[in-house]
Amino acid sequence: MAKYKMHVLVCGGTGCHASQSDLLLDNLKTIVADKGLDNEVQVIATGCFGFCEKGPIVKIMPDNTFYTQVTPEDAREIIEEHLIKGRKVNRLLYVDPENQEHIADSKHMGFYKKQLRIALRNCGFIDPENIDEYIARDGYEAMAKCLTEMTPQQVIDVMKKSGLRGRGGGGFPTGLKWEITNRSVSDIKYVVCNADEGDPGAFMDRSILEGDPHSVIEAMAICGYCIGGEHGLVYIRAEYPLAINRLKIAIEQAREYGLLGKNILGSDFSFDIELRYGAGAFVCGEETALIHSMEGYRGEPTVKPPFPSVSGYFEKPTNVNNVETFANVPVIINKGAEWFSSIGSEKSKGTKVFALAGKINNVGLIEVPMGTTLREVIYEIGGGIKDGKKFKAVQTGGPSGGCLTEKHLDVPIDYDNLIASGSMMGSGGMIVMDEDDCMVSVAKFYLDFTVEESCGKCSPCRIGNKRLYEILDKITQGKGTREDIDRLRNLSTVIKDTALCGLGQTSPNPVLSTIDNFWDEYIEHVTDKKCRSGQCKALLQYFIDAENCVGCTACARNCPVNAIAGERKGIHVIDQTTCIKCGACMEKCKFNAVYIK
Amino acid sequence: MGQVKSLADLRKIKENQQGKMSLREKSNNPESLVQVRVAMATCGIASGAKQVMDFFIEEFDKRNIQAVVTQTGCMGYCFAEPTVEVTLPGKEPVVFGYVDAKKADDIIEKYVKNGELVEGIIPVNYETIEKK
Repeated sequence: MAKYKMHVLVCGGTGCHASQSDLLLDNLKTIVADKGLDNEVQVIATGCFGFCEKGPIVKIMPDNTFYTQVTPEDAREIIEEHLIKGRKVNRLLYVDPENQEHIADSKHMGFYKKQLRIALRNCGFIDPENIDEYIARDGYEAMAKCLTEMTPQQVIDVMKKSGLRGRGGGGFPTGLKWEITNRSVSDIKYVVCNADEGDPGAFMDRSILEGDPHSVIEAMAICGYCIGGEHGLVYIRAEYPLAINRLKIAIEQAREYGLLGKNILGSDFSFDIELRYGAGAFVCGEETALIHSMEGYRGEPTVKPPFPSVSGYFEKPTNVNNVETFANVPVIINKGAEWFSSIGSEKSKGTKVFALAGKINNVGLIEVPMGTTLREVIYEIGGGIKDGKKFKAVQTGGPSGGCLTEKHLDVPIDYDNLIASGSMMGSGGMIVMDEDDCMVSVAKFYLDFTVEESCGKCSPCRIGNKRLYEILDKITQGKGTREDIDRLRNLSTVIKDTALCGLGQTSPNPVLSTIDNFWDEYIEHVTDKKCRSGQCKALLQYFIDAENCVGCTACARNCPVNAIAGERKGIHVIDQTTCIKCGACMEKCKFNAVYIK
Repeated sequence: MGQVKSLADLRKIKENQQGKMSLREKSNNPESLVQVRVAMATCGIASGAKQVMDFFIEEFDKRNIQAVVTQTGCMGYCFAEPTVEVTLPGKEPVVFGYVDAKKADDIIEKYVKNGELVEGIIPVNYETIEKK
C-alpha cells in the first residue's frame, strides 16, 4: 500500500473550478505520476476553502502551505520545487496586504484567524467524493449513535437544548420544528432539504453540498428518525450542477454502504433520499412555494397555517430545513448540546456562515461564532474595503434584508440584533458597499430583483413592488419629489403588512432601511437633484473647466455623440442637451479639465 | 467494501481511513507534535535522506508517537548529510548530522522520547530573518 508523505489538496469548489482548478488537478496528478511520486504524494480534490478571492487554492500538507491563484501551468513548479526539493514557491504564497509579507501557513492569515468552522468543518479538508474520508472525520457516527442509543425524543431534546436555529434566514428553532413534525400523526412523513439558495451573493449552501455532501445526508437521516419519516428530498436548483453531481455520488456511496436504505445499521429504521430540481426561482426558497414546486405545481406560496410540519408535501407532514442547518446537526449530536450552546450569543447559538461579496478585499466564505461584530468580519477577516476606500454600508439578508451602516459596525451579529438594527440574518449574504455606491440605486437594484422574482399571486407584492421600483427609478432619473419619499414609506408599510409570503413581506426592507440610514442621500436626489456618488447618470452633468482646457481636442474627438464643440487650442464646451454622460471625455482629458457637477 | 451493518463496522472503516488521513489532521496543529524535517537536497538524497525519512515515518507510526515528518531544502551542512532537524513541542529546534537508520533510531528513543541529547548535534550558527 502506498504510504503517502504528502497530501496536495486542490480546491474543487465552483469558484476555483471556474478558474481551471480541474485542469490544475489533472496536471498535478499527471506530473506526480511522471516523476514516480504517486506512492508518496496524494493529490486530492476537496470542497471550498472559502478564500474564493484568491482561487484556485492549493494546500500542501503536512507543512500546511497555502498557495493562491494557482494556474494549471504552475503545477510543474510546485511539484519540482516544493514537493521534490522542499522549497516553497514564494510567488504563489498569500501576501499579507498590510505588511506585504508572504504568509505560507494559512493559520497565520487574518482571513482564517477569527473563524470557527462547524458547518464548514470538512470543506477544504476531505475529498467530498469519498465517503471513507467523511467517516474518518466522525461521519455517520452521530446517526449511528441516534439509531442505537437514543430515542427520537431524546434526539429532539438534544436539538432543542443546543439552541440551533434555522440557518436559511427565519431562525426558527430546529428542535422545535422537529418536535412539531414528530407530533403530527400520519402514515408518511417527509424530510426536505431546502437547497434553493436564492439570495444574490450567497453561496454557502452550494459550498457545503459541494464540499461535504455527506453531512447533509447524515443529518437528513437523523431528522427522519426523529420525525418518523422514511423519505428524504433535496430541493436543489438546477443551476448548481457540481453540487448536484457530488450529492448524487454521495447518496450512491451511502446506499452502497447501507447507510441509506432499508434497516440502516441493523435497526428497523429505513431512510432514502431523492433529488428534486428547481429552476432557480427566488420564491421557491419559501417553504410552501418550494413544496408546491416539488409537487409539480407552479412555485407559488400558500397561506400558513397549515405549516408544512402539519401538512406539506402532498399534504403529508413535512420537515423543511436548510442545508447549513442540517450540516450543524451531526456535530451537535456528537459533541453534545452543551458544547454547541456554549458558542455564540445569548439567543443565537453556534456559528454562522457568511458569504462576503462586494467591495471587500477578501471575497469568500467564512464561518464565525454568532455575536462576532461586523467590524471583525469586514476588517479583520474580510481585509477591509477594496482600494482603501471608505466603508459606507453592508447589505445583509439579501433582497429581504437591509443596509447596515458605520454606526452598526460594533453590533454583535445574531438573529435578534440584526432585526433590531433594521436588517436580518437571511441566509448570510453580506454585500459590502463603499463611498462610490449610491444607496437609492442599491434599493432600486434589489427591488428590480424582487419585481422579477415575485410569483405574482398576491397583489401587494406583484403590483406594490413594481410601483416601488418605478418611484425609485423616477428618483434616480432626477424627477423625484419630496412627496415621493413619503409615498415610498407608506407603500412599503402596506406591502409588508399585506403580502402573502415572506418574499413580499420583506421586499420593501431595502427601501425602508436605506431611507432610514441614508435620508440625506434621498433628499439630495429629490431636492438638489444630485447624486453624491455619481452613480445616477441622469443627475450628473459634465463640464469643461476653462482654466485647465488647452484645446487639445482629445475630448471632442472621443465624444461618441459629438456633443463637444471648440476650436483647436481654444476652450471646449459640452452641449448638455446632446451629452449622454458616458464619461469618455473625462477619461481622455490629460489636463483634468473635465469635471462632474 | 461491503455493507455497514453495525457501529463496529463503521468504526472499522473509520480507523482504517483515519490512518490515511492522519497526515492532514496532524498538520492542523504541528506545534503540539514532534516535528522532524529532513533535508532533502541533492546531497541529502544521495546520502540516503529518503530512506531516513521513510524510517522516521514508519517508526513513529509503529512506536505510536504523534509526529509530523516533512522534507525541506538544503540546510547547508552538506558535509554531514543526511541532516535532520527535530523540534519537540515548546523547544528550540535541534539539528542532527550523519543520520542513518541506526542514528534515527537513537534520536527517536533518546531525544524524542526522553529529551536526552545524542551525539552528532550540529550547533546552529546562523540567524534567520524571522529571529531578527
